Amino acid sequence: MSFLGKLSLDAIPFHEPIIMVTMAVIAIVGLVIVALITKYKKWGVLWHDWITSVDHKRLGVMYILLALIMLFRGFSDAIMMRAQLALATSGAPGYLPPEHYDQIFTAHGVIMIIFMAMPFMIGLMNIVLPLQIGARDVAFPFLNNLSFWFTASGAILINLSLVFGEFAKTGWVAYPPLSELTFSPGVGVDYYIWALQISGLGTLLTAVNFLVTVIKMRAPGMTLMKMPIFTWTCTWANILIAASFPILTAVLAMLTLDRYLDFHFFTNEAGGNAMMYINLFWAWGHPEVYILVLPAFGIFSEIISTFTGKRLFGYKSMVYASGAISILGFIVWLHHFFTMGSSANVNAFFGVMTMVIAVPTGVKLFNWLFTIYRGRLRITVPVLWTLGFMVTFTIGGMTGVLLAIPGADYVLHNSLFLIAHFHNTIIGGAVFGYLAGFVFWFPKAMGFKLSEKWGKASFWCWIVGFFVAFMPLYVLGFLGMTRRLNHTNNPDWNIWLYIAAGGAAIIMFGIIFQAVQLYVSFRDREALDDKTGDPWNAHTLEWATSSPPQVYNFATIPHIKDIDAWTDIKERGLAYQDKESYSPIHMPKNTASGILIAASLTAFCFAMIWHIWWLAGVGFVSAIAFFIKRCYTNDVDYYIQPEEIARTESIYNSSGNKELNA
Amino acid sequence: MSTLSANIESENLGSVSHDTHAHEHHDTSGDTIFGFWLYLMTDCLLFASFFATYAVLFMNTAGGVSGKDIFELDFVAVETAALLISSITFGFAMIAAQGQKKALTLTWLFITFCLGAVFIGMEVYEFHHLIVHGHGPQTSAFLTSFFSLVGLHGLHVTAGLIWMSIMMIEVAKRGLGKPTVTRLSCLSLFWHFLDIVWICVFTVVYLMGAM
Repeated sequence: MSFLGKLSLDAIPFHEPIIMVTMAVIAIVGLVIVALITKYKKWGVLWHDWITSVDHKRLGVMYILLALIMLFRGFSDAIMMRAQLALATSGAPGYLPPEHYDQIFTAHGVIMIIFMAMPFMIGLMNIVLPLQIGARDVAFPFLNNLSFWFTASGAILINLSLVFGEFAKTGWVAYPPLSELTFSPGVGVDYYIWALQISGLGTLLTAVNFLVTVIKMRAPGMTLMKMPIFTWTCTWANILIAASFPILTAVLAMLTLDRYLDFHFFTNEAGGNAMMYINLFWAWGHPEVYILVLPAFGIFSEIISTFTGKRLFGYKSMVYASGAISILGFIVWLHHFFTMGSSANVNAFFGVMTMVIAVPTGVKLFNWLFTIYRGRLRITVPVLWTLGFMVTFTIGGMTGVLLAIPGADYVLHNSLFLIAHFHNTIIGGAVFGYLAGFVFWFPKAMGFKLSEKWGKASFWCWIVGFFVAFMPLYVLGFLGMTRRLNHTNNPDWNIWLYIAAGGAAIIMFGIIFQAVQLYVSFRDREALDDKTGDPWNAHTLEWATSSPPQVYNFATIPHIKDIDAWTDIKERGLAYQDKESYSPIHMPKNTASGILIAASLTAFCFAMIWHIWWLAGVGFVSAIAFFIKRCYTNDVDYYIQPEEIARTESIYNSSGNKELNA
Repeated sequence: MSTLSANIESENLGSVSHDTHAHEHHDTSGDTIFGFWLYLMTDCLLFASFFATYAVLFMNTAGGVSGKDIFELDFVAVETAALLISSITFGFAMIAAQGQKKALTLTWLFITFCLGAVFIGMEVYEFHHLIVHGHGPQTSAFLTSFFSLVGLHGLHVTAGLIWMSIMMIEVAKRGLGKPTVTRLSCLSLFWHFLDIVWICVFTVVYLMGAM
């Protein structure tokens, strides 16, 4: 084996003009960014305030930035696929050859789920959750930084597959035996394995971290049933992560052993069982969709109760419904493969369990409706996303119940009906939720509000584009079109494929308008400034801080008497009060250890993909060495002194009082 | 040495800890141990996945050997005894650490380490023995899942041994300050957890396989 393993110049796809042009564009944009950072001398800021930061709010912002970049990449894949399918009708070949197209649909799925939705969710959780429970940071701030860099490492690996070699052509689930070495001899599946493995590790550590934070670090007086609903839904999601991601780790490790050491877990030969992979994969994969959607439900709950100016209807039922969904989410995985051919009784059990999930979800919908009832709903951008969600998600839920009938599933399995269904729930549920949360908490994180006009424009493009793009897929499913087709030759399908491509173009404008919204809002940030830290007259503790919050979040930890703790504080006239004296605040110091460990492990993963064994050894050992060094570093914390706290707090309190009196 | 260790403000896995000013802060070593315990529960699920896979695949011998043909219970019984006794000796090490007896802690840790090394040595011997007799993990799905499940546990024990050797250096150099004892508690949880997992491995794989 040579010095660079399987890696050589042949691995770079010079013959693929689409990839080469993409690479050129990325290289140019990258150079421009580097030049701008150098010109404005921001390298120090970038390193000291962001890359090495252990502040949960900054990490949250970085997660969301990563998610937005990956949204751009994943959407580019989506629009390429829709364009291909619109062009490759009636026997035409289109512009994407199958081996490239297969990589695109695989990358689209992996990126959107693992590197767009997950970082978006975890980013919002990072920014909001510690503030909502009145904590100064998470339980393990350094671990939080490390988790972020593990997630970023996975994203980097996936994007490296554009330049070096290929990505998996297996679909985002990478079912064996197709993903075994016999049928996928290239490095594509290896990229898939290692990117998911390292980011999965990051996600798992995040869940452990936030579970400890929620259980151990709530403000005094905040019992579990006084926690804000978003914190609750995130906690359920974290329990699901802790319970399901180890299964993903296990199943990926098994596939790794099959591919690298000729083991026989899932092979066709020597007694391997491919269905075992599929069972384990979905034992992770199904809880995963609830991990994505439960925090979104929490976001909608916060938004609806804030903008109706009312307490959330049915808080307790909301908590229990989330718990029921979490538990039921673990006993429905087999509905992803009713066609495996289990006995009728097994299929019936999983079918019924799947339908039962509609009950707690229905409870939530009615709770939102009853919260709006007799409230005075302010139609702002977050509320638009919420209303759009309530309509869209309900439709997706109903098609899901339809698919839960094993008999119907035998007809619709792997058809475009399924594709329409899960986009209907994931976009209409999770993505709308994150975009709502993005607008809602943007002023908290950045200190100024987002432009309403461009937000509304973006929303309408998204929702109209969504229906135009995905309703035709339901029809195509009934017409018999299966997923992952590269080209078609059925004139009945053509019109629906054209409409769907049009819908994707409308969504594209939604995304462009979001970029415009960010630009316009940044330009007008003086006018959109949030001085009080509470721009929406909201209910929960994250609004009891300045925007953006001080590094220590709370100068004094509030005592909690009510679910809507901030409303309670405002009503008792205790908001924006200077304290007579402050105690010194104990804070963690920033550290480069996180990025060093993650960079070492990225080198390890890249080396494993290309069989560069010496580099794999170096990467692995140096990751462990950096970790041990971190464990034995003593200089990890500092104190903020009372005089400094008093100064910053009086500025925030006086501007808050000014706004209150105005 | 002990005054030095009292001054050391270290941390485990980044927890902001050991705040000597009592205001508003609780003792975060409890957070660290709780967090580590949660991590162990996720590790438990990792093992559960491998157990489930073993349960599905153990009959798929592809015409080759089954558990009955290759397991030697006497050998495994000695291996098991070594690991179980090491759990007890780690318990003694923890009692010594709580009593701030440095030399005694180090002695018990060293005995634990030796027992763990015996366990790993025997496991490596067993694997080697099987492979040279043509029963390597590439032979059948049964052997694949056997080697993976037992090997996963073995990897954990190996990691535990590395961690233990680092802890012995730490105790020798820094004494038994609070952060060190917290870390020892985490390692102790880890070690006992691996013992419990091994009892399951011994029962499900070896006993049920040999019967």
